Amino acid sequence: MSEIIPIGPYHPLQEEPEFFKLHVEGERVIKLDIEIGYNHRGIEKLAESKSWDQVVFLVERICGICSTSHPAASINAMEDLGGIEAPERAQYIRTIICELERVHSHLLWLGLAGHFIGYNTVWMWAWKYREIVCDVLEKVTGNRQSYAMFKAGGVRRDILEDDIPWILKKMDELKPSIDMFLGAVSDDPVIHARTKGVGILTKQQAIDYCVVGPTARPSGIAIDVRKDDPYFAYDWVDWDIVVLEEGDVFAKTACRILEMKESVKIIEQCLEKMKPGIIDLHITELPAGEGIGRAEAPRGEVYHYCLSDGSNFPARYKVRAPSYTNILSNEVACEGQTVADAALVLAAVDPCYCCTERIVIVDDDNNSEKVISGNDLIKLSHNKTEKIIKELGIK
Amino acid sequence: MTWTEIKKQIKSKFGKKILKWFEHNDNRIYVDINPADLVEFAQYIFKELKARFIIASGVDTPRGGIEILYHFDFFQLPQVFSLRVFLKKPEIEVESLSSVIAGTKWIEREIHELLGVNFKNHPDLKHLILPEDWPEGNYPLRRDQ
Repeated sequence: MSEIIPIGPYHPLQEEPEFFKLHVEGERVIKLDIEIGYNHRGIEKLAESKSWDQVVFLVERICGICSTSHPAASINAMEDLGGIEAPERAQYIRTIICELERVHSHLLWLGLAGHFIGYNTVWMWAWKYREIVCDVLEKVTGNRQSYAMFKAGGVRRDILEDDIPWILKKMDELKPSIDMFLGAVSDDPVIHARTKGVGILTKQQAIDYCVVGPTARPSGIAIDVRKDDPYFAYDWVDWDIVVLEEGDVFAKTACRILEMKESVKIIEQCLEKMKPGIIDLHITELPAGEGIGRAEAPRGEVYHYCLSDGSNFPARYKVRAPSYTNILSNEVACEGQTVADAALVLAAVDPCYCCTERIVIVDDDNNSEKVISGNDLIKLSHNKTEKIIKELGIK
Repeated sequence: MTWTEIKKQIKSKFGKKILKWFEHNDNRIYVDINPADLVEFAQYIFKELKARFIIASGVDTPRGGIEILYHFDFFQLPQVFSLRVFLKKPEIEVESLSSVIAGTKWIEREIHELLGVNFKNHPDLKHLILPEDWPEGNYPLRRDQ
């Protein structure tokens, strides 16, 4: 007897609306249908009525968590279109903002994942340390989110020399907490039991589904736009790309934590290497033609394509966010998982969902419907963790 | 494989099937091809040359047709390789790449509903981001409507 469990149209755990139909047999998921489009805002069409400068602000609104990744890809596309090279200091500042954002985004995800498997301490600690990053972002840009720092040809605000020692001090505060999370994840038998071997995306599947970022790298694919198509200051600093082989939820978690360490390394080097200089070229016009810009967001490659007819507005603006390819890969990663695990696998690609709490269980044979809340879904997951804790005999 | 080798292989394999080879700069390459050759091209660069499909962009052009750009890149190389097909109105259709590249399933559905392109042999060409009751024949990104 197969049942369908719909999760959505708003995911109970995370932030953006998506609709998953889990076809289950007993406890096992046999098929997954994914529906998106519940929050389609027509940004590509809207971009055609905005000036180039306004487009950067517009795309900043695509994602509330990694709000600077889209502007980064956007200015890369515009600079590619116009053959513009931004000043060195601006490139360093851009890199610092992007990496700070990666750290806070990964911490946010780690907190949610911790909460979901029943480790509320991880959730509270991760979000506590995320505050350090948000404080730095506020000091540097004036905002905790949606920084409005980027523009084609430069940045809008400089990092003050007086602030640099303070930022470095904050980075020092952050480092032990990242190490602590790494230790917690690699040593905890319960986290191992919940995440190892769960939701495996094999290397071949990752290639077929064209996944990116921390969904591809834990499956053994060494791609990262920052290395492959270096932009900003990424090839002027020394850092390593994190690649793991297992492709399960554990590898995805470990990959993100290790990436935070690299990010802090990048930020420190940028602050050290940055020399005084101009930060903006004051570009006023862009020529006719095509431009392609890429940036490595916390969730993977963001891709922007723009077509210009030489006017002040783009003739066509195409955006591809990383979740667009990553979410589709759940089709294969969820197969054969239990319901409690499947929800974790869906969250492991760190997509953007929305949190109105609603689940309906539809029984195919009896046509009956049972509505349970999102809290119940989390409870389902917590129960599994508690069961494992009991089995392992841990207090 | 280096970009020079990849470029040589594509050029020698397809020769005259390449209608236009345009390099905007070292890292951004646009290649115009006939829609009829699309599957052969995609198959070759995805399977043989191990390219990664990034996304496809559909553009309604003032030239009386719709352009689709299929963007690819190659493992650890900075080049973005965009295959461009031009579909003349009113019969805007092209073969679906979903049997070759699983990752094209969604974007073909999206281009179908936003620009009205018919992807032949797509497994399920239903709406992706527009609601199911969206009026038929109404394509939001078309300029002639």
